[in-house]
Amino acid sequence: MSIHHHLSSLYLAQSDSLISFDVEGLVDQFWSNTVDGLAQGSIYALVALGYTLVYGVLKLINFAHSEVFIYGAYATWFTFYALGFRPGPTAELAIFELVGFLLLALLAAVLVSGATAVVLERVAYRPLRNRGAPRLVFLITAIGASFVLQQLIFIWRGGNPEQAIRLLRPEPVFEIFGASVTNITIVIVLASILLWLVADTFVNRTRFGRGIRAVAQDPDTATLMGVNKERVIMMTFLIGGLLAGAAALFYMMKIPQGAAYQGGFLLGIKAFTAAVLGGIGNLRGALLGGLLLGLMENYGQSLFGGEWRDVVAFVLLVLILMFRPTGILGESLGKARV
Amino acid sequence: MTTTTTKTTTTTGRRSLGEWWNNLNRFQQWAILIPLVVFIYALPELNPPIITTEPGYDFPIAMFEVARYALIAIGLNVVVGQAGLLDLGYVGFFAIGAYVAALFTSPDSALTKLPFLAVLPIAMAITMVFGVILGSPTLRLRGDYLAIVTLGFGEIVRLLADNLEPLRGNQGFQQVGHPPGTHADGTPIFNNTDGTPWYWLTVTIIILILVLVGNLERSRVGRSWVAIRDDEDAAAIMGVNTFKFKIWAFVIGAAIGGLSGALYAGQLAFVNNQKFDVVTSMLFLAAVILGGSGNKVGVILGAIIVAYIPARFLGIAEYRYLIFGLALIVLMIFRPQGLLGARQRLLTYGRQAYQRLLGRGEQISHDASVSTDRNGGV
Repeated sequence: MSIHHHLSSLYLAQSDSLISFDVEGLVDQFWSNTVDGLAQGSIYALVALGYTLVYGVLKLINFAHSEVFIYGAYATWFTFYALGFRPGPTAELAIFELVGFLLLALLAAVLVSGATAVVLERVAYRPLRNRGAPRLVFLITAIGASFVLQQLIFIWRGGNPEQAIRLLRPEPVFEIFGASVTNITIVIVLASILLWLVADTFVNRTRFGRGIRAVAQDPDTATLMGVNKERVIMMTFLIGGLLAGAAALFYMMKIPQGAAYQGGFLLGIKAFTAAVLGGIGNLRGALLGGLLLGLMENYGQSLFGGEWRDVVAFVLLVLILMFRPTGILGESLGKARV
Repeated sequence: MTTTTTKTTTTTGRRSLGEWWNNLNRFQQWAILIPLVVFIYALPELNPPIITTEPGYDFPIAMFEVARYALIAIGLNVVVGQAGLLDLGYVGFFAIGAYVAALFTSPDSALTKLPFLAVLPIAMAITMVFGVILGSPTLRLRGDYLAIVTLGFGEIVRLLADNLEPLRGNQGFQQVGHPPGTHADGTPIFNNTDGTPWYWLTVTIIILILVLVGNLERSRVGRSWVAIRDDEDAAAIMGVNTFKFKIWAFVIGAAIGGLSGALYAGQLAFVNNQKFDVVTSMLFLAAVILGGSGNKVGVILGAIIVAYIPARFLGIAEYRYLIFGLALIVLMIFRPQGLLGARQRLLTYGRQAYQRLLGRGEQISHDASVSTDRNGGV
């Protein structure tokens, strides 16, 4: 009781400064923030996997990965549209219909995102690799590609986000510590962790994953050992794209107005933050970083107010890169395992 | 006669143009430079038929935009082109400069009012401080991480402009100051409908900055920048204090960015939180990369392309981000050094020594540095 009182007086003392600290709000909404942060964070984690894989293999920050993601979001929207759904109230669907349509949208999103990622690699990055261009040239190309992909949508669909099409209405399923957990949250978190498990198993347990790790560790030696480097690189982009497509569907379920032409940028930079936070090149780091970032953003939002949400993410990005650029778990895709 | 001397010379028209320029004596160089500068100053008054952007876009204003971009490109070139540090948040410095100008001159701000011309150096000084604050912890990072940190910095500056109450968000600052002077009828010479005085002011500043930056490039500082850009480890081994010179590049670039931001605020007479987004940063970067990072003439050319073409051809203005994005991709594949590549390369130094050994030293300046600039004649 006395602690509570102390906190609220702290809040009063701070309220007339530039940034107010709503400590009480942070305490009150702690659990609902945690639940929502986990859902948000698992979307970050899926996109972060794409950054991490490509960085691990090519040492390239694939700046255009955010556009790979947003293409998936548009694919989701157009799938719903093509199925006859229109913006407005949530449609009433039988459960098997709902699951079927969502799976269809998932398929469309992963295909579009995966294809975008592979085309991007073929058109923009491969010619540079063949010429042995320096790393900053890759980064500038990535920025250019990000511009182009973004503007193609802008020219086609204009600057306004697409009106939301909802198939699944958020309904609370159960409560933890007074915070209600919706069906959407459950679907997103469980599916994301499942997809992460699949990706992690693929990279760490399969023959092809061994190829990816080999190229990440030493491309030349890997080539001498019979690994097809070009195929590995294409595969890496494809996996990243597929995961980004899945993330796009979850994103559209959670944030219905999400399909906007520059909508990928912010999510992309946050997912990159998540990847660096966990340790870029590290699949487990991407999951950890994504979840942590989602949580911290939500706590920060409660503490400082909604308009500071993005600032929290950016400040975190700058601080990690300054003080611990290897992240929490370290950079590890290329590390040898026995 | 000069282009065929060595096999290492990239025998392009540009290289021979540069050599041609260096082989002119000082008098001949001035004979070309002075009419050129006069022509540049006279441009908004001449309003030449094909070059003009009217009726779609006021020509003097367009010329000011071009000059502003040129100034930004010269500043960003110190960071990206000279020292090889990829800065994706340059718009942050630009924004800080604009806000400093607004805070010290607009009646909407509570701070003491100062004359506009006094605010310009203050804006530069404050952006330099921000440059040190951002640069000192981050410049030890590797190149791509530095790019992302600067990107984050640019976004933080923009969000602070959105969120901090004294910066007035979208409402912004009206009546930002301008340099003194009035016409005969009492209206101020520097107003926001007439671009010509602003253009002249900016061109004058550009010439001053070019001389300053040019001298820096030919000094030990400039040689250190080139060494760091071409091979940081080798430079460090040779005793170059890489961190110190990187900070210098970063801070000088920041100051020029702040200066151009203050000019922008003055011409528009209004500052709010718009126009400081990442896309603008990328456009600045595109100007530097397209023109040829590391080459002052090149980046000015790049700035002219980026600022002038959308104003001249309004039909494609909407597609400019797409076009410049495509141009970046294509350029990086086929001509990564930009339209006019950097002239100062470590190889150039080697080539010079080689030529001198063969008794061809008279073609190049006596100075050990490569002086391919206007003052570097024999």
